[in-house]
Amino acid sequence: MSNRKINMKEKYRLLTRDLEWEYSYRDYKEIFPMEEFEGIKITDWSKWEDPFRLTMDAYWKYQAEKEKKLYAILDAFAQNNGQQNVTDARYVNAIKLFLTGISPGEHQAAMGFGHVGRQLGGVGARVACQMQAIDELRHVQTQIHAMSHYNKFFDGFQDFSHMHDRVWYLSVPKSFFDDARTAGPFEYMVAIGFSFEYVLTNLLFVPFMSGAAYNGDMATVTFGFSAQSDEARHMTLGLEIIKFLLEQHPDNVPIVQRWINKWFWRGTRMLALVAMMMDYMLPNKVMSWKEAWEVYFEEAGGALFKDLARYGIEMPAYAKTAIAEKEHISHQAWSIFYNYGHAAAFHTWMPTEEEMDWLSEKYPDTFDKYYRPRFEKWREMEAAGERFYNPTLPMLCQTCQIPMGFTDMEDPTSTFYRQSEYDGERYNFCSDGCKDIFDYEPEKYVQSWLPVHQIYQGNCGGAEMEEVLGEYYKINLGVDNMDFHGSPDEQRWNAWHNLSSAEDKLKQAS
Amino acid sequence: MSIEIKTATLEPIRHTFEHTKRRFGDKPASRYQEASYDIAPEQNFHYRPLWQPEKELFDQSRTAVRMEDWNVHKDPRQYYYGTYVQARAKLQEVTESNYAFFEKRGLADRMNDEVKAKIIRCLVPLRHAELGANMNNMFAFSYGTATVLNQGFLYQSMDRLGIAQYLSRIGLLLGGNSTENLVAAKEFWMSDPAWQGIRRYIENALCLKDWFEVFIAQDVVLDTLLYDLMYRQFDEAITEQGGSDLAMLTEFMQEWHKDSSRWVDATLKTTVGESEHNRETIAGWITDWQEKAVADLAPLAEIAVGDGAINASVDVLNKRLAKAGL
Ligand SMILES: [Fe+2]
Ligand SMILES: [Fe+2]
Ligand SMILES: [Zn+2]
Repeated sequence: MSNRKINMKEKYRLLTRDLEWEYSYRDYKEIFPMEEFEGIKITDWSKWEDPFRLTMDAYWKYQAEKEKKLYAILDAFAQNNGQQNVTDARYVNAIKLFLTGISPGEHQAAMGFGHVGRQLGGVGARVACQMQAIDELRHVQTQIHAMSHYNKFFDGFQDFSHMHDRVWYLSVPKSFFDDARTAGPFEYMVAIGFSFEYVLTNLLFVPFMSGAAYNGDMATVTFGFSAQSDEARHMTLGLEIIKFLLEQHPDNVPIVQRWINKWFWRGTRMLALVAMMMDYMLPNKVMSWKEAWEVYFEEAGGALFKDLARYGIEMPAYAKTAIAEKEHISHQAWSIFYNYGHAAAFHTWMPTEEEMDWLSEKYPDTFDKYYRPRFEKWREMEAAGERFYNPTLPMLCQTCQIPMGFTDMEDPTSTFYRQSEYDGERYNFCSDGCKDIFDYEPEKYVQSWLPVHQIYQGNCGGAEMEEVLGEYYKINLGVDNMDFHGSPDEQRWNAWHNLSSAEDKLKQAS
Repeated sequence: MSIEIKTATLEPIRHTFEHTKRRFGDKPASRYQEASYDIAPEQNFHYRPLWQPEKELFDQSRTAVRMEDWNVHKDPRQYYYGTYVQARAKLQEVTESNYAFFEKRGLADRMNDEVKAKIIRCLVPLRHAELGANMNNMFAFSYGTATVLNQGFLYQSMDRLGIAQYLSRIGLLLGGNSTENLVAAKEFWMSDPAWQGIRRYIENALCLKDWFEVFIAQDVVLDTLLYDLMYRQFDEAITEQGGSDLAMLTEFMQEWHKDSSRWVDATLKTTVGESEHNRETIAGWITDWQEKAVADLAPLAEIAVGDGAINASVDVLNKRLAKAGL
């Protein structure tokens, strides 16, 4: 008997979609109890188009090959002390921010995709989400391994998991993922699957990985390359979920639009951390934040939303504000961190003269006018032995949890500020976008665990800053925090490099 | 003779991350330890789930079982993502060559129709049960507390999807790639009386709310019985009837079950050993689910293997439970 040939699509259908059956001992709603409460209408799961067709045997095989290569390079990196080859020890602070701020988000994504990978009623969608769940577990674990060696030679990596639950600026990414995880399954998919993975990934994942490539960070960039094909799958899933929801029922359109508005704005706020990383923390710059924003949001995102217009989806609300902010956001975010450099688990610094010139060139309309004078003053203070630190505790935005420091785009010298009242209490916001998110679901956002409120309420180890920063956050004071200049990181780095140059001299002499 | 390459040595300032240092001491930690222990968030959650407002994310009260510290669990296989996919890739490589050999040599044609019919009625419908196992393990993954344990459920879940796919391929291989065997097997799953107990059992397990009870119902009780029945006893019965080549197609399941059992046993033992409360809670679940499973599996055991088959599987389960202190 010669075997009939079956094509890929048919085979995948038989090996995945056809496994599902119609439940008869229990009700569908008992098995999938979360499918209706968000108001999304699914009329026919069989219309789901599989975004990729990967059976488990192929998944194991490809992923194992990738892992083998990745770990071979991580081993070689450690053996050869590859950390010495980065452009400059300041660079390492970018990946401290990544490990403490982003990697725990990968873990949250794994949990979230696992959750929807059980709760969605369509087997095709579930299986695609499950694969993303295990990929995201891969990401957090390989990131820990990629940075494990840096942890042995630099300060600030050592307690990333403990810090993620407590430190003030880490509540920005933490609350972002908590927000998505606590939403219903479809909002989660629009938040993380679509808005984050599809619309914003080139502005988050890619800048860190390109930053690594430009700054001699072999460990991180190898992780980045290794994760690229995972990310490609995640993007196709993100796009499919949107198309599927929009095609299922016209009533889904306004719900999806509202989620896109919300998650675009929430994502944009979180990207302020990436913006400052790109413009200030990379000794070798990849491109400016503004350029990245133009290429990846204005051009690529613009094309995407043009494509989605046929479903009745519009550009996210406040895209205009976000576009105007590209001129300012990185400088303002870095100013905030420079101000609170004593309360951060990574180092901050003022740009060098050449770096300021680069910023002037990249931001001709704003840098010299609004930021250079302030930065030069801070540099003078530092030179006079009075490095500026802001001793007060900032007020935080109730939604995005970033200190209120972003300015009005109409008047870039005054801080933007909005308030809402709910249940007799006042709440503060950094933007109209954040206020809107709160106003639509105040019962959710009044719950925010705002780090500054928590300090005032005595929930963070005590009333003294040393108790909060040192004991509760577990920042090694005078070691992990403060300016890069004078830090143990800087001293070690100089020692390594003097050592090797002394060796070079010896070699030349012989 | 050994040669020694000189490398510049730099003194590290610490041996490992603080979370592994606190747990295992100030010494270099393994990759398994660094990427598995204490990496899940534990406190200061921002919002309550809209889908379960009475609980927090990572809420420990999603199971009646209590652990002072969920991070005391340990996977004897030490699987983190990298070691997991590499172990499975090895297993699938062997499987792939088995399936290719089976197809190339036309081994399906060597099986008599009676044997084939039996495989289609008794084994292939399990592909649906495996999808249920996939969902149940994904449920446990998404509601558990500590990554060191949770990740085991995620691997288990993906494994079950893989097994469902291999079982589907068996159906295809025995029918020259035509879909009729899969259609027939689904029909058995949906309406053959021999299968209805198992299908009901799985649909019931899919409605559970306690993720550790899901683990007991699925991975401990049902799987121990089912894997013994189908991949040991049924395999022997089919061999006697001239279907010994089937073993090539089920090697993955057999090897996988050995591997997965090490993790299931360790998980059970650690949890039961924690307290009398856990032991009683788990023993209660086992009594309930074992009674159902035995009754539900008996008709299949009867047609697949014969009289007394289910009792032999129950012995295997009891031994296993005794090892865990139950
Ligand atoms: Fe990821
Ligand atoms: Fe991703
Ligand atoms: Zn805000």
